[in-house]
Amino acid sequence: MKASKLARRNVLHRPLETGLSVLLLAFGVGIISLMLLMQRSLTEDLDRNIKDIDLVLGAKGSPLQLILANVYHVDVPTGNIKLADARKIMRHPYIEEAIPLAYGDNYDLFRIVGTEPSYAAHYGAEIAEGQTFEAPFEVVLGQEVAAETGLSIGDTFYSAHGLTDGTDVHRDKAYTVVGTFQRTGAVIDQLILTPIASVWGVHEDVEDADEEITAVLLKKKNPLAILTLPNLLRNTPMQVALPAIEMNRLTQQFGIGLQTIRAVALLIMGLSFISVFIALYASLRDRRYELALLRTMGAPPQRLFSLVLFEGLWMTAGGILAGLVLSRIGVVVLGQVLADRFHYDVTQLAPVWGELVLVAAALLVGALAAGIPARSALKMDISNTLGQGR
Amino acid sequence: MLKTEGLHYQYEGGESELAFPDLSIQKGDELLLLGASGTGKTTLLHLVAGMRTPTRGQVALAGEAFSTLPTAARDRARGRHMGIVFQTTHFVRSLSVSENLALARALAGCPPDEARIQGLLEELGLAHKLHARVDALSVGEQQRVSIARAVVHGPGLILADEPTSALDDANTDAVLSLLRKQAERTGAALLIVTHDQRLKDRMSDRVELNPIA
Repeated sequence: MKASKLARRNVLHRPLETGLSVLLLAFGVGIISLMLLMQRSLTEDLDRNIKDIDLVLGAKGSPLQLILANVYHVDVPTGNIKLADARKIMRHPYIEEAIPLAYGDNYDLFRIVGTEPSYAAHYGAEIAEGQTFEAPFEVVLGQEVAAETGLSIGDTFYSAHGLTDGTDVHRDKAYTVVGTFQRTGAVIDQLILTPIASVWGVHEDVEDADEEITAVLLKKKNPLAILTLPNLLRNTPMQVALPAIEMNRLTQQFGIGLQTIRAVALLIMGLSFISVFIALYASLRDRRYELALLRTMGAPPQRLFSLVLFEGLWMTAGGILAGLVLSRIGVVVLGQVLADRFHYDVTQLAPVWGELVLVAAALLVGALAAGIPARSALKMDISNTLGQGR
Repeated sequence: MLKTEGLHYQYEGGESELAFPDLSIQKGDELLLLGASGTGKTTLLHLVAGMRTPTRGQVALAGEAFSTLPTAARDRARGRHMGIVFQTTHFVRSLSVSENLALARALAGCPPDEARIQGLLEELGLAHKLHARVDALSVGEQQRVSIARAVVHGPGLILADEPTSALDDANTDAVLSLLRKQAERTGAALLIVTHDQRLKDRMSDRVELNPIA
């Protein structure tokens, strides 16, 4: 019988002590691994949506809000801007590409965004079925919108006013679905795209005909755009915000919270290693005759050392495995919550590199925690031990 | 099979060195080592089993130096050539009866032999306990299993430490004949260490230890 097999049997023979160690380690590893998984999803998601958008032009207000509203579509816009004013920036020689966005309505809480076909092209969204939008009140549905609402080509629907409420329905003009997009993984999956003229058409009776849009996504041609444009806008109701900088600021704000969670997780992991140590140490006292017996049956001291070491490693491995499973359950649950609330998909279960480091570090510390009890098994005097058995 | 010469042992901080009579047993022989409490018989047993290193003198096992081997080599030689029945029975509690016996064979370097284990347990009337947990055995059953474990790997020398001291006369006879039968079956030498005077009349070859002055 191999030392590793006997070790496994011994560990399973003490379900309570083993269970406590495994549980603690599972929580420590689970929380850290969950953070790594979420971090990967969020980073990839944030980057995918920022993709080549250097600047966002919109109404003055919080720059972060401007970004969240117009790049990620998770916040309300800072206001509207005049298309005529925006054009000056859009046609600036430092600007390579400008995608206007105009919105304010929803269907089933999915935003109806007036824009140009270049918006879809920017995110590489290909038409899955039907065709792209051309005339006013033609819409193309993002993949998730099509899946959730069940709308298909030829269907018509009325929009509701606002972005967060579906009760105030415009009954005058119906939208017609002319196409659906393939999945992109970007926010466009959650949007309903239509020509800007449709948005103006809906609100004609409410606002002045002086055409307004919500924001413009800009790609710079010249790096000087970042320095020049804010100056141009100084005395206007408009501003430009930099998605990369705003998101960086946001993740730094998250950072403090994340560091706290990480510290707690490390603390739990630390406790779990102490628990492994105590479980092994206590069990050694409890089975000193058993270990002495193994020696009398022909097991050299080194064998007892590896036996105890393996016991520690089994407990550690069990905790790590349970932790990795826990974190994936966590991702699925959190992913569900985020999908429901923000139409965001973070459910990615593949391992990340950070987890490899986590597993290696946990195994190493587990081996160290088992090392001291293992050493005392190595040094045990069998004659004295068995002599006490009288 | 076993030969000791001029064994002496001094405990750390002990006042005097203990001296022990020489022992010699051939394969198939039996020897009773009789001594009251305080005669150092446990010390002698541990010296013979290589669990302590003598300060002077030596132990030879199967014709080879034993007491002078390094610890790990001594452990392996003990596992291969000896089977020890302890006064208090100890088992690996996470393993079943048959697994404990299999472990003894494995540690002695013998190939697995399920048939041998099963046959042995049948002989000892324990066939139905093959897969039982060791904790679930009665004291008598535990002692029989520990005898089975001491002989399962076919050792050349069986050492029994106070195998009968807690037993009544009938059971003393039963255990003694069990040990003899198993020794005979494998052609092993049998060394019994005890203070149990009842064994004196039942075994002809004996060495008596004198109280330490």
